Amino acid sequence: MLTKRIIACLDVRDGRVVKGIQFVDIIDAGDPAELAHRHAASGADEIVLLDITATHEGRGTLLDTVKRTAAALFVPFTVGGGIRSAEDAAAVFNAGADKVSINSSAIARPELIGEIGASFGAQAVIVAIDARRAEHSSDPVGDAEVYVSGGRKPTGLRVIDWAREAEQRGAGEILLTSMNTDGMRAGFDCELTARVSVAVQIPVIASGGAGSAAHFAQVFSHDEHGGKADAALAASIFHFGVTDSRELKAELQRAGISVRLPC
Amino acid sequence: MIAIIDYKAGNLTSVVKALTYLNAPEITVTQDPGLVRKAAKIVLPGVGHFQATRLLEDLGLTEAVRESVARGTWFLGVCVGLQWLFAGSTEAPATAGLGHFPGACEHFPAQYEDADLKSPHVGWNSLEDIRSDSKLLRGIARGGFVYYTHSWRAPLVKATAAVTNYGGPFTAAVEQDNVMGVQFHPEKSAAVGLQVLKNFIEL
Repeated sequence: MLTKRIIACLDVRDGRVVKGIQFVDIIDAGDPAELAHRHAASGADEIVLLDITATHEGRGTLLDTVKRTAAALFVPFTVGGGIRSAEDAAAVFNAGADKVSINSSAIARPELIGEIGASFGAQAVIVAIDARRAEHSSDPVGDAEVYVSGGRKPTGLRVIDWAREAEQRGAGEILLTSMNTDGMRAGFDCELTARVSVAVQIPVIASGGAGSAAHFAQVFSHDEHGGKADAALAASIFHFGVTDSRELKAELQRAGISVRLPC
Repeated sequence: MIAIIDYKAGNLTSVVKALTYLNAPEITVTQDPGLVRKAAKIVLPGVGHFQATRLLEDLGLTEAVRESVARGTWFLGVCVGLQWLFAGSTEAPATAGLGHFPGACEHFPAQYEDADLKSPHVGWNSLEDIRSDSKLLRGIARGGFVYYTHSWRAPLVKATAAVTNYGGPFTAAVEQDNVMGVQFHPEKSAAVGLQVLKNFIEL
């Protein structure tokens, strides 16, 4: 049976992990390669490295980081942040990434999705969408809007429309972050996730709001209030009383969700 | 020498990296039919469109592989590389596969057992009905998880060595003497995948 994926996310700046990780008794910041391997060894199904380096000089550091991280990593490895062209993507793939995640650059120039897919396959392109509910609409979830620039700038695009367009242009997966739930630790935005998940055929990765293993169970559920997500991003599950992905998965399995266990 | 055939379909980095990690001797990435004929083992990776395999015919690689496998050279196809071992695929009806195994690869059904079935099939799924005499899957336990990403799948044949269930069973691995293939990505399938590659290297 196809299992629900737990994806560990590392935010990296200038070659160091800056947040999103807090192993029990281990310091927050660290070496991305080392932490990626630790995650993979402790049961994460995939690794995402999100580069938040703002400077041009930082790009060289990123490629070096990707190369070191990918060297002995044998689970799918996605790199996002600052990929603005097919050439940027090619450099990241050549350094060892299996997929790239693009966000603002895909909004600015949607052709980019197809351009990367043409060389590396649709499965290698994740379109990340930062979404905020449309508070004044009669359908705040259905009319949820796409934001860019780290969630500061509204685009006027409906999330569901953009997800469908991204799929048509050849995206392999959607990474959906709800700005309404992000950082609140009160659960994923299951309603929005479910709406996007049924609107497209490609897998939807839920992100934003996890505070407990039960929240993961809910976003994976196909029940009436479930999020119908195919995967979920766990940026900082280690804050919530589970020590690693393996323990999180064991709890999910007890809740009736199929996961990759043993792993 | 292990020849990894480069036919410009996606990213070879991961396959090369995994084989290197496992200390595979003499890995050569090539498009040269002459080198392929000399190889002791051939790996055909591939992600992407079945259409891309047309280049194999155009470069004379199809013939080189046909001759090599007839002589007993070990062959491993990965993903589209497995699909190419069959007669063809509905993804690109005008492009013939090697035809070593009968039947055509087909798209996942849109519905299965009265429910919508998403495709592509992306993620970790389990290996079932593993043939006990499989050399490629030696040491892999039933239910072992491997990573998939594909929308077309190969039919069940006599040489099917393991199945995975998604919209019904499909060929997860195929093996007949020296000719082998896996639909999943062993280079991305953690310990289970590395075991498969190790088995191939040690043949």
